[in-house]
Amino acid sequence: MKFAVIVFPGSNCDQDAHHAATAVLGQQAELIWHKDSDLKGADAVILPGGFAHGDYLRTGAMARFSPVMREVKAFADRGGPVIGICNGFQVLLESGLLPGAMLRNKELKYRCEFVNVRVEQTDTPFTGGASAGQVLRIPIGHGEGNYYAPPEALERLEANRQVIFRYCAPDGTISDASNPNGSLHAIAGICNERRNVVGMMPHPERACEPALGGTDGLVILESIVKAFAPA
Amino acid sequence: MIDQQTLERHGIKPDEYDRIVSFMGREPNLTELGIFSVMWSEHCSYKSSRVHLRTLPTDGPQVLQGPGENAGAIDIGEGLAAVFKIESHNHPSFIEPYQGAATGVGGIIRDIFTMGARPIALMDSLRFGALDAPGTKRLLEGVVAGIAGYGNSIGIPTVGGEVYFEPSYSGNCLVNVFCLGIAKATDIIKGVASGVGNPVYYVGAKTGRDGIHGATMASAEFDDKSAEKRPAVQVGDPFMEKLLLEACLEVMKTDALVGIQDMGAAGLTCSTTEMGSRGGAGVEIDTALVPQRETGMTPYEIMLSESQERMLLVVKRGREKDVESVFDKWDLHAVHIGDVTDDGMLRVRHHGELVAEIPNRALTDEAPVYRRPMARPEYLDEVQQLDLDSLSDRDSGGQTLLRLLSTGNIASKQWLYRQYDHMVQTNTVNLPGVGAGVVRIKGTDRALAMSLDCNGRYGYLDPRRGAMLAVAEASRNVACAGAKPLATTNCLNFGNPEKPGIMWQFGEAVAGLGDACRALDVPITGGNVSLYNETDGKAIYPTPTIGVVGLLEHVDRVLTRRFAHSGDVIILLGESKGELGGSEYLKTVHDMVRGVPPSLDLAAERALQALMVTLATRRLVHSAHDCSDGGLAVALAECTFGTAGIGAEVSIGSVPVARSPRINAAAALFGESASRVLISTSTDTVTEVLQQAAKAGVPAQVIGETGGNRLRISVGGDIEIDVAAEEAERAWSDAIGRSFVRRVA
Repeated sequence: MKFAVIVFPGSNCDQDAHHAATAVLGQQAELIWHKDSDLKGADAVILPGGFAHGDYLRTGAMARFSPVMREVKAFADRGGPVIGICNGFQVLLESGLLPGAMLRNKELKYRCEFVNVRVEQTDTPFTGGASAGQVLRIPIGHGEGNYYAPPEALERLEANRQVIFRYCAPDGTISDASNPNGSLHAIAGICNERRNVVGMMPHPERACEPALGGTDGLVILESIVKAFAPA
Repeated sequence: MIDQQTLERHGIKPDEYDRIVSFMGREPNLTELGIFSVMWSEHCSYKSSRVHLRTLPTDGPQVLQGPGENAGAIDIGEGLAAVFKIESHNHPSFIEPYQGAATGVGGIIRDIFTMGARPIALMDSLRFGALDAPGTKRLLEGVVAGIAGYGNSIGIPTVGGEVYFEPSYSGNCLVNVFCLGIAKATDIIKGVASGVGNPVYYVGAKTGRDGIHGATMASAEFDDKSAEKRPAVQVGDPFMEKLLLEACLEVMKTDALVGIQDMGAAGLTCSTTEMGSRGGAGVEIDTALVPQRETGMTPYEIMLSESQERMLLVVKRGREKDVESVFDKWDLHAVHIGDVTDDGMLRVRHHGELVAEIPNRALTDEAPVYRRPMARPEYLDEVQQLDLDSLSDRDSGGQTLLRLLSTGNIASKQWLYRQYDHMVQTNTVNLPGVGAGVVRIKGTDRALAMSLDCNGRYGYLDPRRGAMLAVAEASRNVACAGAKPLATTNCLNFGNPEKPGIMWQFGEAVAGLGDACRALDVPITGGNVSLYNETDGKAIYPTPTIGVVGLLEHVDRVLTRRFAHSGDVIILLGESKGELGGSEYLKTVHDMVRGVPPSLDLAAERALQALMVTLATRRLVHSAHDCSDGGLAVALAECTFGTAGIGAEVSIGSVPVARSPRINAAAALFGESASRVLISTSTDTVTEVLQQAAKAGVPAQVIGETGGNRLRISVGGDIEIDVAAEEAERAWSDAIGRSFVRRVA
């Protein structure tokens, strides 16, 4: 299959996502410049981490005006699978493809470390290969990952089973201590109602090779590859 | 027109002014004087240090580029080069910690990609006053946030470093930033201007009034008026630099460049002069063409501004469009501001009118060089005296261990590195806190290990040996990761060189640095000197920060300090001599910085490091950790951290250094003898490890085994330390964060 990895000015995990898709998973991937308006026939879109447009104004706020985002929206509207990782998640929130917003981490500091997340739902293209309740050890690296949505929106998310990942302890239990940034409902990742657009703060592409200290991120990218594998 | 006051404001001494007049054959105008003042500043000209630096070893088959360019470069095989350097941003960080540190990161990153290398790793060496001193928290938080704000945003992982808290730095914090990049060895680009008529381009951020005389500020002591120098600190924009980085690396692929240089200290002045000087050419520019973000800027201000994120490029004539189109893609605009000439002059016009005309040579090669007077400072005789028989210590070894583990200098640095993105680029093999930083090189089986080290107390007690020990430790840390140490970069932080005592410290340190780099075969490829680190006449400890880079041919042979299995055998390589001079034990328990630093036999050190590389390459050991601050006991405790409860039971001999058996036990546990490494290996490879050590001539001794959940150490048969590994780890793990909470409460 073929991934499109969107490159905004200021993206800095674009090469990492490309590396994971190609060198680790053996798939095709194309870097798409934000001024392009062609996804080059990709089967899935990755919005990578970084600081798109410097994250000036608000994280992800400028990126939604990049020309390529029209194509990404159209692609998502057609049901195409889209995943936003970290800053990519923030871009999805700002462009209205996913609900909610990000606040600064509760301790007001950037935080980079391995955390545990629990897989809540497996009926998305990016979690199909995981099992419900599975705990994944994946790194985070962000200063604004404190997920917020108004109470009604949060209720709707939960009712529609749109919360895909929650921060947790290694045994899967959820508490304030295992929540690195103060996210409401310990939310680490969500999907849209149609379930084809997923945003997550942890970086699965950073946990795909044993040399880097863990391979728990693989299941997320492998899920989408399997979805496109010839039956 | 140029009066005494003007000269003083520019930091130009009367004899230096005479020299300027004789070069010019006339009085300089104010713009010219400004240009001289920054180019002849200590920061740019190395006028006090140059005669000493010339003695350093800079050659070796591994060296592709030694000092003199934007950064050094070494051969790491498979046609690749590692390009790296360390630089200080001490003065700006003290005045404005966030921006000072951030722009320090930005500056060193530019030095690396200017050479055509993609930056893949950052490290920082930081020094502050005592952890509980007023002001430390503000500086530490600001510096760490500044490093994070810049490095995280631009997407270069901060993979290691060091931080020390010591009263000597309370008036002058040190912020030394290291960056390493990778390039094809054949693609390294230099900062030269050549080819008459080739256009000179300016690209990047617009020029403002920020940072004027930053280089001059870094060449003077601080006093109570220093806060007024805040406008001389620049403001960083990591997003702009990210665009510049990507655009410049893309432009370099077009083969349309002659040379490129960043505008760092002394901005446009330094870049035009140095590029012309290196290429044996001249550069003529018109400052009116320079993009400006403020109105009414004079040529003087434009030439001296240290606005960040700016680059100067010399382009092959006829290839302008190729370069411009790349920058356009990134929404950066390259502006043609002048041309290369053949007369060796720096010529500055403003709207066509000539405003400065100076021979390049006068600004670079002919800058003053001082052989400043040196005298051994008197304090040394006093502080080198250490009477161990006058000490008494009633605490148990266990109590002392817990105390040492929770000092700012030894405690976990997680509070800092968790704020740094240390994983972006997906190359970080050894996460921070387990030894040297290790990054793999994608597309190969290789990895690079790197470490920054210096013990300022050692430098204070004996600058020569302190520098040697710093090289030995940095190199040993690299070897403990399994990598062969290849080369060194250095950042020499000292006080006011106009004082003979300081200059003596500097001379001694450089001599020690040279000896150690020669003996360990880690030549120096570049670095930076930061002098005038004094406030109200009080200088910092001599702090020659050393960065060593080494190569692992197979990334899967990498080692960390963590014990890997229960039931492994622990072996001590090297000898414990019970040396307490300058130790963390002496400072923490007895509140003294005294004695002489540990002895160092460079031949033994070299043998030890070569042995470590052999053991790692042959997969004979499971972990390796050097013994440094806090000695053997602290090192052993650190080996148990992060292992989910693998403890150790160890028995060592007493070292008779004093009459008191308590002090002898402390010397055995916490003495900081150099050239020691703790390794763990499985029972069936012990014999082979010991044979290898014997062959290498390295003393090796089985001292215990891993396992259990306690750390138990006996000295001469008596149990001195018996603590739960978990308790030790708790004391160590968040001491820095905790100390802030306590102070607020």
